[in-house]
Amino acid sequence: MNAQAGVAVQAVGVGKVFTTRSGAVTALEDIDLTVAAGEFVSLIGPSGCGKSTLLRLVADLDSPSSGELTVFGTSARASREGQQYGIAFQQAGLLPWRTVRANIELPLELHGVGKRQRRARAEELLALVGLTDFAASFPHQLSGGMQQRVAIARSLAEQPSLLLMDEPFGALDEMTRERMQTELVRICAESGAAVLFVTHSIPEAVFLSDRVVVMSPRPGRISAVLDIGLPDGQARGESTREDAAFFANVTAVREALHGGSVADLRGVDVR
Amino acid sequence: MSLLRAGAVPGWVRRTGEGLLALLAFVVLWELVKLVVPDGGVVVGGVSLLPRTSDQTMPHVWSVLARLGRPETSATGSVSLAGALVTASWFTLRISLAGWLVGVLAGLGLAVVMQRWRIAEDALAPWVVLSQTVPLIALAPLVVGWGGKIHLGAFAWDRWMSVALIASYLAFFPVAVGALRGLQSPTAAQVDLFRSLAASGTRTLWRLRMPAAVPYLVPALRLGAATAVVGAIVAEVSTGTQGGIGRLIISYAQSATGDPAKPWAAIAAAAVLGLVAAGVVGLVGLGLRRFRVGEVA
Repeated sequence: MNAQAGVAVQAVGVGKVFTTRSGAVTALEDIDLTVAAGEFVSLIGPSGCGKSTLLRLVADLDSPSSGELTVFGTSARASREGQQYGIAFQQAGLLPWRTVRANIELPLELHGVGKRQRRARAEELLALVGLTDFAASFPHQLSGGMQQRVAIARSLAEQPSLLLMDEPFGALDEMTRERMQTELVRICAESGAAVLFVTHSIPEAVFLSDRVVVMSPRPGRISAVLDIGLPDGQARGESTREDAAFFANVTAVREALHGGSVADLRGVDVR
Repeated sequence: MSLLRAGAVPGWVRRTGEGLLALLAFVVLWELVKLVVPDGGVVVGGVSLLPRTSDQTMPHVWSVLARLGRPETSATGSVSLAGALVTASWFTLRISLAGWLVGVLAGLGLAVVMQRWRIAEDALAPWVVLSQTVPLIALAPLVVGWGGKIHLGAFAWDRWMSVALIASYLAFFPVAVGALRGLQSPTAAQVDLFRSLAASGTRTLWRLRMPAAVPYLVPALRLGAATAVVGAIVAEVSTGTQGGIGRLIISYAQSATGDPAKPWAAIAAAAVLGLVAAGVVGLVGLGLRRFRVGEVA
């Protein structure tokens, strides 16, 4: 899947050790992972399994202690400086003194994109996340789900070929969450970006992903990688959540998480 | 802070109202003490528990107000006491604002340096605190002495500059502390976002940290203005500078026995001056309203 389509993220033997006052803590050990261009990969696991750390390494917000990590063939640092990814966190992290539109324009503004182009791109993104009517609102006037949508629009502003998302729907209620997931699937299908998505929700990982990477804690390792065979982007909708295939995948991920036999689960085919 | 929460009434109306109420409460308390406590104060076994409240030591509020309208001195052609106080207050206010400006620049500069380099924070923070434990009166003659030696071409160090410098010494402190807290206030997600966008330190300062600091900075600037006035008054007294309200407080104190309302009028004027300075600076906050959304929290 990687050779002809191109590789977005490649990690080989990546490890991360944090030095704390009480000694060294191994957050990640021996991570091998490849995310193909345009592929949606979720990282799932209990808290402390290093899934957010792995995402931060890819984003070059932290640097690995060992191993090799490349993003689109260059170092993580070069890809950050070259603005090859967009990122969204659990907290929307909007700037409260900027309007919704100005928040979305922030990445473009920081990189010297002209005013008219910024405005045009912001209009597109506002339409994409369904917030056109709220362009002039300030973040505190929006609900949590709407704020998160602004953050996602912002992460898409520069048409990145890689999206990094750290539990972006973690703080939302279940109904908003499902709607956002459906929207994200649609957005990703439209933009063709690869996505690395951190979550601790099994149904969320299954619904969104092409592949689910199951991680185990202390030290953080990859314990299983599952191919999810749900229909592609456009065809995936609310009815997918009630599919037998969906439930079979949920069960497979759950068993992998709860330490079922790794060998049996690798490459589960549910069709 | 819940009292200051924005409600149905505009914030400034509410705050002005609260200020006036506080003033009224003080006047009532003052008169109440005069009414209840005997003229000679309360003395138990030779120990004075409550001060004397005779018209000599605590004049009625209205006699202080009435004194304002009468001439400052018995000399013919003397201006009214109010006139003298306004002139002196204006003199002190200008020096205070000059000192405030210097203090704000120094405080902001320190905060930026301390935020940017952790080691600078560790190195400077103790000195910033220590600076405020040195009595102003001890510094005043030194500053005047050093200033007197400065001659740069046509520029000569003036006495008022020493006073302003001493005022800035008090004003920089709240600004430095408030600005540092404000600059450090952006959330981890916001800081990570700017890093992910490969924004330089300077960009991050202007686009993220400075705007985020505004809710902390506005109260600090107001507090700095009030302390600048106090600093200027103390500095006027300890450097023997003529023309300001500090000088008047000292000289009026000498007429306390014969004319008790006069020194109280000067003290009241100094308090009003502090409020005016803080109020003027508060106007700065109006222009920055957009950045103060987070102030509710």
